[in-house]
Amino acid sequence: MSVPPGAVDVASARPRVRPLRWVAGAVLLVLLAQFAWFLLTNPRFEWPVAGKYLFDPNILRGLGMSLLLTVIGMVLGSALGVLLAAGRLSGFAPMAWACGVYVAVFRGIPPLVQLIFWFNLGYLLPRISLGVPFGPTFVSWPTNSVISSLTAAIIGLTLHEAAYMAEIVRAGILAVDGGQRDAARAMGFTAGQSFVKVVLPQAMRVIVPPTGSQFISLLKGTSLVSVIAMADLLYSVQVIYNRTYEIVPLLIVACAWYLAVVTVLSLGQRRLERHFGKGQR
Amino acid sequence: MSDTPVLRVRGVRKRFGDHQALDGVDLDVHEGEVVTVIGPSGSGKSTLVRCVHQLESIDGGAMYLDGELLGYEMHRGHLRPLPDRRVAAQRGRMGMVFQQFNLFPHWSVLRNVVEAQVAVHRRRPGEAREEALRLLDRVGLAGKADAHPRTLSGGQQQRVAIARALATRPRIMLFDEPTSALDPELVDEVLSVVLDLARGGMTMIIVTHEMSFAREVADRCVFMEQGRVAEVGTPEEIFDNPASPRLRAFLSRFSGRAAQAADERMLEEETTS
Repeated sequence: MSVPPGAVDVASARPRVRPLRWVAGAVLLVLLAQFAWFLLTNPRFEWPVAGKYLFDPNILRGLGMSLLLTVIGMVLGSALGVLLAAGRLSGFAPMAWACGVYVAVFRGIPPLVQLIFWFNLGYLLPRISLGVPFGPTFVSWPTNSVISSLTAAIIGLTLHEAAYMAEIVRAGILAVDGGQRDAARAMGFTAGQSFVKVVLPQAMRVIVPPTGSQFISLLKGTSLVSVIAMADLLYSVQVIYNRTYEIVPLLIVACAWYLAVVTVLSLGQRRLERHFGKGQR
Repeated sequence: MSDTPVLRVRGVRKRFGDHQALDGVDLDVHEGEVVTVIGPSGSGKSTLVRCVHQLESIDGGAMYLDGELLGYEMHRGHLRPLPDRRVAAQRGRMGMVFQQFNLFPHWSVLRNVVEAQVAVHRRRPGEAREEALRLLDRVGLAGKADAHPRTLSGGQQQRVAIARALATRPRIMLFDEPTSALDPELVDEVLSVVLDLARGGMTMIIVTHEMSFAREVADRCVFMEQGRVAEVGTPEEIFDNPASPRLRAFLSRFSGRAAQAADERMLEEETTS
C-alpha cells in the first residue's frame, strides 16, 4: 500500500493490534481468578486462625530471633569474608591457599549439615581449651556448656556466610581498575590506606548487589536452625502447630513474615545500590 | 644546578617474562631540569617512569632520589627491601601523572587533590583545601572543585590529575604519556599546563609522543630503544642532528601526514596493550 509523500506524520500512528497478547492476558486472568477462588473458598486455609497468630508474642519472638541471627551472621560473616578475600589476594602463597581451601570447604558443605555438625561438636571434641599448642593448657571448658543451640547456629551460619562473602568481596576487589591502585600508591598511600580509601569504596559497587541477595538468602537460611531446636520463626510456628495441628495457617503466618522482611530488605538494597553507584555514571 | 641530581638512575634492569623491558638504563635528572623521553612502542619509556615511581619493582641496578636509595636499605652489610610504609613515603615525594588520568571517581575533584596532603603528608584539612584550590586555579579549573571527575572532559581530568600530583609538593614530576588518551583538540590545554610547570622550574621527566612538545619543553631529550637509552642530548642535538640511523628513522615517521597515521596507530597499540 502506498501513501502520498509529504502528507504523512508518524506521530498520528495507532498501535498495532496484537491478538496473542489478548490471549495471554485472558489466560493470566483466568489463572489468577482460579487461584483467588482456591485461596478464599478452601476452608483448610483457616484464614481467621492465621490472622489470630500473626502477631502472637511467641511468633514475634521467633521472628526477632531470625532477624538477630541474620544480622549477626551477616556482620560476622562479612567481616570474616573481607579478611578471607584479602588473604586470597595477598601475595603470600600459603595464606592464599589456606583461604582458598576454607572457601571450598565451607561453600561445599550444605549449611544444614554444618549446623548439625557444630551442634554435635561435643562428641568430637569433649573439652575446649586455651593454651600453648601441644603444650600446657590454661583454661578449659566442657564443649557442651559452650556450644548451645544459639552458639552452634551463630557459628554455623557465620562460617558458611563468610565463604560466600569472601568470593563476593574478592570479585569486587578484582573489578576495580588496576590504574586506581597505581594512582593510590603513587599518591604515597600505604597498602592499607589504598585498600580502605580507594579500592574498597569502588569495589562496593560490585559487592552490594550480591550482598543484598546474600542477606535475603541468609534470612531464609536461618529457618534451618529449627532442626537444632533454636527458637527462630519457623521453630516457633512448629511448636504451636505441633500442639494445635493448625499446620497450614501457621505456615502461612511464617510465609507472611518472611515475605514482609524480604520485601523491606529488597527496598533497602535498591537504595544502597543507588548510593554506591554514584560517580560511575 | 646542584651537584647531587634530584634523580639518579644507574644500570636499571627490568624483565617481564621473556621481555627485557629495561636493559641497563642510566639517567640523571638535575634540579629544575626537564627531561623528555621519546622512542617507539615497547622501548621501555613507560616502564622507566613506573620503575622510578616504584610501581614496578626492578630486577637490577639502583635508583636514588636526592641521593637516597629508592626501595632498598643496607642492613648488616646486605641490601634488603624497605618496608611498605617507607616505600610509600618515598613515592609521596614524587608526583605521577598517568596516561589514563586515574582520578578517584568516587571523590569530588577537590577531595582528589586534598586527600593525599592530609592522609600522607599530615597537613591540616583547611590548609590542604587552600592549597588544592590554589592548584586547581593554576591548572585553570578553579570552578570545578565540587564537580565529579566523570563529568569532566579528558583534558580537564588530566589537569586535575596534574594538580593532584602537585599537591604533595613533589621533588620531581613524572608524566607517563599524559596526552595519549586525549582527543586531539584537548591535547593543547594539558601541554600548556605542563609547559607552565617547566617555566616555573619544576623538575620533570615527561614520556611523550608529541614530538614538537618534547622538543619545546625539554632541557634534555632521551631517545629510548629496546630497553636502553640509545641517545641523549639537547633538543637541537636529538631533533636536528640525530646521530643514529634508528633515531633518524623514528623521527622521520613523525613528519608528514603518512607519519601522523603511523603515530596514531602506534598510540592505539600502546593504549590497548
